[in-house]
Amino acid sequence: MYYNTIMIFTTFKRIARTGFVNFWRNGFLSFAAIVVITLSLCIFGSLIMGTAYGRSLLADVKDKVDINVYFALSTPEYDIMQLQRDIKNLPEVANTSYTSRDQALASFKDKWQDNALIMQGLQEIGDNPFPASINIKAKEPGQYGGIADYLQSRNPLDATGTPIISKINYRENKLVIDRLSKIIPAVEKAGTILAIIFVIVAIIVVWNTIRLIIFTARDEISVMKLVGASNTYVRGPFVISGIMYGVFSGIITLVLMGAFANWSDTLVLKLYGVAVASDFSMLVNISSTYFSQNFAQIFLVIMGAGIALGGFSSYVAARRYLKV
Amino acid sequence: MIYYDKVSKIYPDKSVALDEVSFGVEPKEFVTIVGHSGAGKTTLIKLLIAEDYATGGAVFFESSNVRLLNKKQISKLRRRIGTVFQDYRLIPNKTVYENIAFAMEAAGRNDKEVAADVPHVLELVNLSNKIWNFPQELSGGERQRVAIARAIVNQPDIVIADEPTGNLDPVNTYEIIRILQKINELGTTVLLTTHNKGVVDSIKGRVITMEKGKVIRDDREGKYVL
Repeated sequence: MYYNTIMIFTTFKRIARTGFVNFWRNGFLSFAAIVVITLSLCIFGSLIMGTAYGRSLLADVKDKVDINVYFALSTPEYDIMQLQRDIKNLPEVANTSYTSRDQALASFKDKWQDNALIMQGLQEIGDNPFPASINIKAKEPGQYGGIADYLQSRNPLDATGTPIISKINYRENKLVIDRLSKIIPAVEKAGTILAIIFVIVAIIVVWNTIRLIIFTARDEISVMKLVGASNTYVRGPFVISGIMYGVFSGIITLVLMGAFANWSDTLVLKLYGVAVASDFSMLVNISSTYFSQNFAQIFLVIMGAGIALGGFSSYVAARRYLKV
Repeated sequence: MIYYDKVSKIYPDKSVALDEVSFGVEPKEFVTIVGHSGAGKTTLIKLLIAEDYATGGAVFFESSNVRLLNKKQISKLRRRIGTVFQDYRLIPNKTVYENIAFAMEAAGRNDKEVAADVPHVLELVNLSNKIWNFPQELSGGERQRVAIARAIVNQPDIVIADEPTGNLDPVNTYEIIRILQKINELGTTVLLTTHNKGVVDSIKGRVITMEKGKVIRDDREGKYVL
């Protein structure tokens, strides 16, 4: 038992040592493998960053879609509050916010305080011309139509028998909302399909590179077998070298991703300008923030993918030449 | 020790490499198999080390039918047979030391044994000064001596040398034959294939002559008669 344990340890040590030595001695092949695996991992990395960016943008666009319900000027606040509670209870509704007539007026004044003509016009009207409103955000863009229909059919009456809702701006936004509800799932679906295609292509490229490297060592493998080496003893060093390709490629990819994450935030500002970037919440450094906040997960995915690609490809590719 | 029992080998293209060949090899013998190219000499060796399989008959190593061995048993069999090839078959990215050590490590020998035996066996083949060289830095004769060192380092029951002098000049040829004779004198069975008349005549041992896949002569103290 003790002897067996020692031998297993010795065998593993020899396999690891041979794998390391082969990695350094076959410098050009190792370099080629690292380049190919790094490119493949960069595809994984760009998918990770692209998904984060896309999600952030889509969430922002989704957040900008809403409907506003405007009330008759005479509607008592109590009736509006009652309706807001009913709307909040709808399963499609994410949240609602109420703007009173006074708040609407204050907001208008705040916005146009530098425009004397508008302010003068407001004074001439005398009374507050702004209606109270409720802003509604649905959980999904496709749900706004249902909410608008509900409000139109529900439209309660006040004490005098007048409908309290004077206007729902859904019809004005309908075109944009409908388009977005079709585009967003399509973009998500296309992104997933594209990601799967890229991953498959990357795996095929790496697999063929490793297969080519092991093909050049096929005579070496047959010699090892003919002097009595077991399959594990012959294949082990190739797997270790494959894992090393993966580790080095993973480190290079993580460095490139980190550099890109910082650089791309600056690039967005340069390309679109501060105003657009600000409008789409891009001033918060999406890439670098995402990279630093999720580094542990990104590290595991990239290193795991590199090691799995290098190690598993070597394991399978060597098997073909072990039949001696 | 080794017995070929009516062994035939017919390739898928219907060419006959061996046609019901039968003969045995006893321990400590030095047997030379001679024949022209294509006579079936290399096929005999491939069948013994399970690099290929017979299509008829059976090859026995001691009491085991080689055809019936599983993967592990084949690895063990190959560790008991030291093989020397015409094209040396050294591992190019390993030094002389590592090439020989590999055979020992594959056989499960510990690091102390490896460190002690590799220099010793290199001394036997007179290559102590090339221990850290790579195969491509050696001459043909030196490479073949490394191959012999690798073949004998595990003290095998039998050393098989398949045309070991085919690529060598006369001086290196006789050096290799001298080493093989020395190995045989130390008690190891040697099975040599060659078509070099001078080599066969100088050995003065048992000679099996093959032609077109058949054994046509088996002489105790034979000579090259083709």
